[in-house]
Amino acid sequence: MSKLVQIFISFFQIGLFSIGGGYAIIPMIQEQVVNLHGWVSQKTFTDIITISQMTPGPLAVNTSTFVGIQIAGVPGAVMATFGCVISGIVISLGLYRFFQKHQESVYVLDVLKGLKAASLGLIVSAAATILVLTFFGVSEISQISSMDWISVIVFLICLVVLRKWKFNPILVMIVTGIAGGILYT
Amino acid sequence: MKEKKWKLYGWLFTVNIFISAFTFGGGYVVVPMIRKYFVVKKRLFSEDELMDMAAVAQSTPGAIAINLAALAGYRTAGTIGTVISCIAAVLPPLVILGVISLWYAAFAANTVIAAVLRGMQAGVAALIVDLVADMCQMIWKEKSVMLTLMVPAAFVASFFMKINVAQILIVCCILCIIRTAYQRGGKKCQN
Repeated sequence: MSKLVQIFISFFQIGLFSIGGGYAIIPMIQEQVVNLHGWVSQKTFTDIITISQMTPGPLAVNTSTFVGIQIAGVPGAVMATFGCVISGIVISLGLYRFFQKHQESVYVLDVLKGLKAASLGLIVSAAATILVLTFFGVSEISQISSMDWISVIVFLICLVVLRKWKFNPILVMIVTGIAGGILYT
Repeated sequence: MKEKKWKLYGWLFTVNIFISAFTFGGGYVVVPMIRKYFVVKKRLFSEDELMDMAAVAQSTPGAIAINLAALAGYRTAGTIGTVISCIAAVLPPLVILGVISLWYAAFAANTVIAAVLRGMQAGVAALIVDLVADMCQMIWKEKSVMLTLMVPAAFVASFFMKINVAQILIVCCILCIIRTAYQRGGKKCQN
């Protein structure tokens, strides 16, 4: 029981301090589960990150689930995941309602406009990271050596069907998954 | 009326399960997915509202995908909508990772799985570029030089300079507040 509470507290902290999501939270999780509590080894942690990237869902939720299971089975996974997402959900809703309530205020309107522009810039940044990873198979521009032409062609076809015919995104994911299975093996 | 409500709850649950099960490559992919189903197909809210939500989900702690699911659920069906959406968004990764954790070494070494995932990555890239193209048009419509410049500035700061996301968001907010204060001050002087 106390272990589950511990798990909750740890992952609550991870969730609370991970603004912007994604890879920024890896060091935070590592600090809690490897260094501070010693729940999993460094080697297992690296495996967890690799698998989290290969499976759907947010990295934070994936890692929480995996670590939680390793420590305390299914209840551990549920506790870790809950702890990880609850602060974000509550704060998001609070902020959203605050913005809605004060819509007529010019300052709120402007802050929201600024946040929108900045967040679009960050989405562009995420897009660039994914593009580099897809086309060159590396995560940093400085490491680029060879280009994966198959992925460029698949990408361009997808982009055309999405822009022109407004294809269903889930269908795009399924088709590209099958294409990958055929073209890369 | 009541039946309609239950139908909406059921739809929220299913659509969130699907979206969550297919978001490879980070939370941002959820934005085009939510847009497709909530905005384009069902017209539950406008594209501009989606951008508000994306901005809030991005500026608050936690995974963007989950925060955005919570907000879209709230906007669609209130607090119950939030709970349904969040459970549905968390369930697929929970189940998938739970199963995988049982024999993860074999999973990580499987070449077919790696190939499928590599293909999906190209799909993810196309989805996100498609979204970016539409959203940039929306920002341009604001006809504000500062907001238009903020997009590439935030991109450069994050992608090339690796500046912390929270810092980027705070600086942009402060810039907007200063601009509003300045414009207001200017108007007062004219009066």
